[in-house]
Amino acid sequence: MAIHIIDRRLNPGGKSLENRQRFLRRAKSLVQGAVKKTSQERDIKDVLEGGEITIPLDGMHEPRFRREGGTRDMVLPGNKKFIEGDYLQRSGQGSAKDSGPGEGDSEDAFRFVLSRDEFVDLFLDDLELPDLAKRKIAQTESEGIQRAGYTTSGSPANISVSRTVRLALARRIALKRPRKDEIEELEAAIAACTDEDERVVLLAQLEKLKAKTKRIPFIDPLDIRYRRFETVPKPVAQAVMFCLMDVSGSMSEHMKDLAKRFYMLLYVFLKRRYKHVDIVFIRHTDRAEEVDEQTFFYGPASGGTLVSSALQAMHEIVRERFNPSDWNIYAAQASDGDNSYSDGELTGMLLTDKILPVCQFFAYLEVGESGGSAFDLSDSSLWTLYERLRNSGAPLSMRKVSERSEIFPVFHDLFQRRETAQEKAAP
Amino acid sequence: MTERLFEGADWDFHTLQRITDACEEVAFKDLGLDVYPNQIEVITAEQMLDAYSSVGMPLFYKHWSFGKQFAYHEASYRKGLMGLAYEIVINSSPCISYLMEENTATMQTLVIAHAAFGHNHFFKNNYLFKQWTDADGILDYLDFAKNYVMQCEERYGRTEVERTLDAAHALMSHGIDRYPGKKKLDLREEEKRAGRRRQHEEEVFNDLWRTVPKGASKTRSAISLERRRKLLGLPQENLLYFLEKSAPRLAPWQRELLRIVRHIAQYFYPQSQTKVMNEGTATYVHYRIMTKLHQQGRITDGNFLEFLGSHTNVVFQPEFDDQRFSGFNPYALGFAMMQDIERIVTRPEDEDREWFPDIAGKNDVMGVLRDVWANYRDESFIAQFLSPKLMRQLRMFHLHDDPEERAGIRVDAIHDERGFRRVRRELARQHDVGYIDANIEVVDVDLSGDRRLILHHHVIKGAQLNETDAKRVLQHLADLWTYDVALIEVDANDKVLREYVVSPRPIPAAA
Repeated sequence: MAIHIIDRRLNPGGKSLENRQRFLRRAKSLVQGAVKKTSQERDIKDVLEGGEITIPLDGMHEPRFRREGGTRDMVLPGNKKFIEGDYLQRSGQGSAKDSGPGEGDSEDAFRFVLSRDEFVDLFLDDLELPDLAKRKIAQTESEGIQRAGYTTSGSPANISVSRTVRLALARRIALKRPRKDEIEELEAAIAACTDEDERVVLLAQLEKLKAKTKRIPFIDPLDIRYRRFETVPKPVAQAVMFCLMDVSGSMSEHMKDLAKRFYMLLYVFLKRRYKHVDIVFIRHTDRAEEVDEQTFFYGPASGGTLVSSALQAMHEIVRERFNPSDWNIYAAQASDGDNSYSDGELTGMLLTDKILPVCQFFAYLEVGESGGSAFDLSDSSLWTLYERLRNSGAPLSMRKVSERSEIFPVFHDLFQRRETAQEKAAP
Repeated sequence: MTERLFEGADWDFHTLQRITDACEEVAFKDLGLDVYPNQIEVITAEQMLDAYSSVGMPLFYKHWSFGKQFAYHEASYRKGLMGLAYEIVINSSPCISYLMEENTATMQTLVIAHAAFGHNHFFKNNYLFKQWTDADGILDYLDFAKNYVMQCEERYGRTEVERTLDAAHALMSHGIDRYPGKKKLDLREEEKRAGRRRQHEEEVFNDLWRTVPKGASKTRSAISLERRRKLLGLPQENLLYFLEKSAPRLAPWQRELLRIVRHIAQYFYPQSQTKVMNEGTATYVHYRIMTKLHQQGRITDGNFLEFLGSHTNVVFQPEFDDQRFSGFNPYALGFAMMQDIERIVTRPEDEDREWFPDIAGKNDVMGVLRDVWANYRDESFIAQFLSPKLMRQLRMFHLHDDPEERAGIRVDAIHDERGFRRVRRELARQHDVGYIDANIEVVDVDLSGDRRLILHHHVIKGAQLNETDAKRVLQHLADLWTYDVALIEVDANDKVLREYVVSPRPIPAAA
C-alpha cells in the first residue's frame, strides 16, 4: 500500500490569522478596554511590547444547552474503604463529589496574548490628529501598487500560472500537438497489430506524432505571462508636530519623567499612524534648542526658565521650513507651569500673534509633583495665561498630570478622534 | 537479527518510511487490520495549534470562534499549562495523520502505530463511522463549505453570515440525527408493495368486519393536529434540520449554512460516542506493534523503555481522591478493557466463562477484538465487556448523589458480587450520548395562529437547563425561526417545571 509522507512544516504559517482577526474585531471594544487597563500599569516600553490581556468572556460567550443540578450518578475508580450503603458527607472541597467530571465551571474571564502590533494598534485605535485639513500633495508623494493586467516579461515571482497554462493549452490545440492518449492508443494498436505491413504504417505514424510532440513544446516561453503591477501616486497630507519640553531646574525628575512619557507616547502614535508627519523636538531652559530625539528623551540639561524662547524657536523653524499654507502644524508643550514673570507678556504675545494662528491644534500638558493633586494648588502662571487664551477661542487644549497612571487617559483625551474634526478633515 | 529501524532519537523522512513499513507489516500480518491508505504529514507546533482551532481538520470555514479557540490554546501553550498532542488523525480516506516535528524517533513510531493503524482501522471498520461518516468525501465537503461560506460573505455581508453561523453553532449539539432515517422506497418498489397489500386484503376479506361497530371517531381538531405534526415531521429532535426545512423566513443560503453546520456535527457524532473504544483500540494496537518490533529487535531496549514511559503516562488512571482525577481516562479504560478481552479469550478463569461464554477461551484474540471494534460503541461495549475482574482491579464503585438526601451521597454499589452488574450498567450509561445530551425536541408549531414554535425538554433525574445559557440559545433559535419560541421543561410525568418564551430580535437595518 502506498504511503505518502509529506513535510508540511514549510507550508505558510498563520493559517489561523484570519480567524484571529475576526475574533479581535468582534471583541474589539472589550479588548480595547483591557488594553487600556493593562497599559496603565505598565512601563511605556512594555506597553509597546504587547502581551497578555484578560477580557470578560461575556460578550464572546458561545452558549449551548447545558444541564445542571438534579440527582447525579457516577462511577469512580479507586475505592478503598466504602461498602454498599455507606453515606459520604457532602463536605465541600476534597470529598469525592467535587471530582465529578464534566462540570467545568464556566470561565468568566478569557486570557490571551496579543502581539506587539495588535496591541499598539488597538491602543492607538481611536486616536487622531485633530483638524488634518490642509491637504497638500507633497513633492515626495507616496506610491501605491495596483494590479494592471498581464505582461510578457517580469519577475518569476509574478508569474501567472493559470494564464500561462491557458495560453499554452490554446496554442497546443491550435497547433494540433498530439495528446498523450493518442500516442498511447497508437502504441497499443501497434502492440496488438499482427499484420507486418500495417505495423510499419502505424510505426511511421507514431514516429510522426512523436516528432510533432517534440517540435511543439508543452509550455513555450511564448505562453508565459506575468502579472503586471503599476504604481499609482497617492496624495498625502503633510503635517509637522512640534514637541516643546521644559527641562529647566524647576522640573523635578518626576515631572521630567512624566513629560518624557507623554512625548514618547506621542512619538509612537505619530510614527505609527502618520507616515508623513515630521516631528521637531525643541527643549528649553532659558534658551531653546532644536535637538534630535535621542537628546530630547535622554540628554541631561538644566537652567532657568523662559518659555518664550521655545516659542520663538518654533516660530523661526516654522518660518524657515514649514510654510503654514502647505503644512498642518501641531504643537505639544509640557512644562511645570513656571515661567519668569517678565516673560509672561512676551509668551502671550508670541502665542496669540505667531503660533496659534498657524497651528491646527496646540496641546499643553502641565506636569505636577506626585502625590499632590493638581487641582488643589493655585494655578501656575503659564496655566493662567493659557486659560485666558483658550477662553478667547484659541485652538488650545490643556491638561494637568501628576501621576504616571494619568498619562494614558490624558493622552487619549487630548488626541481622541473627534467626530466633527474628522468630517472636516475628510476631503 | 533484523536491522534496527533507527538509532537514538533522530529521524528523517527515510526513517519514517521504514517505520511505517515495519508497522504496516505487523499490523497486517499479526493483527489483521484493515485500513484506509495512509498519509502522514509532519507539522510544527504552530501548525498543530492551527489544527486545534479548526477541530483538527486541515481546512475549515472562517469564523471568529475558531480565532477565540486559537487565542485560548496559544495562551495556555505559551504559559506551559498545556502540552500539545503528539498527533492528530483525521477520519478521511486517505487517512491523514499529523505528526509533530518535535517527537523523537520512538515517539514517531508510537504515533504512527497509534494513529495511522489503530485509529485508522477503527474509522474504517466501526459501524457508527460507516453509518454516519463519508471518509472519502469529507475533505471535499469541507472545501465546499469553506468556499460557500466565503461566497455568502461576499454576497450577503459578513455580519449576516456571522449571525447565522453563531446561531447554528449554538444549536450544533442538537443538529444531529440519532437514528438513520428511513430509506425512501423507489417508485417501482412502492408499486410492488401496493400490489402485495391489495392481494393480502383480498385474501383476508371477510364481509363480517363491515358489521363490527366502529369506535368513537377522532374529533376533527385531533385529526388536524396529528396531521399537522406529521406534515412537519414532528416531533423532531434535530433542531437544525427542522429549521433548515421548516423555518418560514430563512433565505436559501441561510438554509444551506445550517445544513453545513449540521453535516459537520453529524460527522463528529460517532467520535463522541466512541472515545473509549477508539482510544482503546489505538492504544492496544500501538502496544502490540511496539512490543512486536522490540521482539524482532528492530527497536533497541533503550528506545523501548522510552516508549513504555510515554505509554504508561497515556494510560495512567488517577484514583477518585487523587488531585489529578478528572473522570475516567478513555485511554486507560479502553486499553485495560482490550487487554482484559485478550486475557478472557486466551486465559479465561471460571468467572470469565460464566460471564462471557461466547468469547472465553476462544483463543482467536484478534478475531474477537476486530469483531468488537466493528460492532460496538462505548455504551454497548462497556455494558457487554467490562469484566468483574477489571472492576475489582480498578476498584470501581457507584455513587448516587441526591440533593434531597440529607445523609449525604450514597454508595450505591461497589465491586462485589452484588454490585458488578449495577456498576457496569451505570458506567455504560455514563457513556451513552442519549443521557449525556439534553433531550430537547420540537413538538409543535402553531401555524394557524402566531406561529409560535414549541419545544420540550424532557428532564431526566431533575437536571434542568442552565438558565442563562438556555435563554441565549433560545434567542439564537428565535432569530432563525423569526417568531416566538417556547421551551417547556417537563419531567417524566409531564409536569411542567419551567417555561421559557423568547421573541426574535429585530434585524438591524444596516445589514
